[in-house]
Amino acid sequence: MDRVPILKLGDILIVSIQIDLQDMSVLALQEDLSEKVVETGARGVIIDISAVEIVDSFIGRMLATIAGISRMLDAETIVVGMRPAVAITLVELGLSLGGVRTALNLEKGVALLNQIEDAQRGKASR
Amino acid sequence: MGVALSVHADAGRRRIEELFQEHEARVFKRWLEIARSPVGDQVESGRLADQLRELSEALRQSFGDSSDLSDLRGLLSELSRNRARQGFTPTETATLVFGLKEALYEVVEEDGSPEAIRGFIWFSRVIDELGLFTMESYAAAREKIIIDQAEQLLELSTPVVKLWEGIVAVPLVGTLDSARTQVVMEKLLQTLVDTGSEHAVIDITGVPAVDTEVAQHLLKTVVAARLMGAECVISGIRPQIAHTIVTLGIEFGDIVTKATLADALAHTLRASGVKFVKGGESRIAVRTVEG
Amino acid sequence: MTTAKELPINVNGDVVLVRQHVRTVAVDVGLSLVDQTKVVTAASELARNALVYAGGGQVRVEVVHRGMRLGLRMVFSDNGPGIPDIEQALTDGWTTGGGLGLGLSGSRRLVDEFDLESTPGEGTLITVTKWAR
Repeated sequence: MDRVPILKLGDILIVSIQIDLQDMSVLALQEDLSEKVVETGARGVIIDISAVEIVDSFIGRMLATIAGISRMLDAETIVVGMRPAVAITLVELGLSLGGVRTALNLEKGVALLNQIEDAQRGKASR
Repeated sequence: MGVALSVHADAGRRRIEELFQEHEARVFKRWLEIARSPVGDQVESGRLADQLRELSEALRQSFGDSSDLSDLRGLLSELSRNRARQGFTPTETATLVFGLKEALYEVVEEDGSPEAIRGFIWFSRVIDELGLFTMESYAAAREKIIIDQAEQLLELSTPVVKLWEGIVAVPLVGTLDSARTQVVMEKLLQTLVDTGSEHAVIDITGVPAVDTEVAQHLLKTVVAARLMGAECVISGIRPQIAHTIVTLGIEFGDIVTKATLADALAHTLRASGVKFVKGGESRIAVRTVEG
Repeated sequence: MTTAKELPINVNGDVVLVRQHVRTVAVDVGLSLVDQTKVVTAASELARNALVYAGGGQVRVEVVHRGMRLGLRMVFSDNGPGIPDIEQALTDGWTTGGGLGLGLSGSRRLVDEFDLESTPGEGTLITVTKWAR
């Protein structure tokens, strides 16, 4: 079973999902990510799904779970690169990603993370 | 072939095949004569002769193996297409095929045997089917052209334009039906990805009426765009449309809607962090008066 | 053109195989990209349901005709506990937390025809069809 590779870009972790995720890989990914977030003190996690053709309720739940876990570990999760066909299907399915933040691509995802960070810092300094 | 054969018919068919083979050149000549009559052009005649020869050959081959008519059908489709291009009606092309019956009949009449007569009935049905097939090919080809053109029209009438860096707009004009709205939705979402635009304005100023289905599609588009990481604003909502939407009980929730495209543009520009500063005002000359 | 195929749904890995096969047939039938995505997603949902709620089952994937139109039909069958309240199952969505509810209403929206038969204690049969435009 292949474990999905997690890349580090400064204090942001990036996961690029390429293959048709098997159920076991999903659980492994959730574990690996949470460990790495703690290990590196990352403030953001970007999940790139631009290569993903199908997002069903199982994958949707995985994304929401990862976002939930990361937030508890003080890191924001952004899902980037959702394909139009996937977005349309998710809407029809009636599946929301539990309020997981999204961005068009990696670049915008990083920009969004910075924006969130700034806003949080702004709040804290008041 | 779909033509039920009785024992007698077998013999009849064989006789016809024999006659066809024996008098091939003569039958072909007669067929060409019949087919040629409306056409006076020399070049056309030559090409016609070639086509008929190919058909004749394919027909003769099909006698041997009656189950495989694909070659014959292929040739007929091509004939049908060429003739259509040359401006012949499908009836004219079918008549051309039917002409072979008349061409063979002379030979059959001379032969006069009962098998030949019976066989001719069978042959007649074969030719009838082939003639009808050319008509069907023609209809299918026309149908395809219409479908292609409809698609092209759909493509052309749903442009996605760039309003500003990171802002695209879809000006919808005319009546929206389910199919068209879906095409627009998909095109818009793809454009967002391709251009990396985080803002879209869907302008429905040019849409006379919106029904439940269309409103739902618009809503779904906005939600889908949001899922992808982009925001949509719907503009051009006229009082009647607003009334319809509210009456239908469609919830637009927190989706931003504006009455005019101008308002929508201002909104999205602000949302994407663009600030406009007015240029220099009128100059005022000040003269201090020393008193 | 592919002929009807029965695929088992007994382990996790089978769900992926079902998705891949349905995708192939969807392309053969001439479904648009969005429709392909919808029908494969529906297949994934229904296959997973069979696995999780019925402990396994199978799906029959075939090409169907209506005049000149081509369509893709999937028949999911299992010998699981069945669905006691079909009405409720068809209106239930998912909850973000535990995923209660089969999400059948969602899958129904992804396809053109949706038929569900279930007998508690015996099993469930779900037939869905997606037509090419």
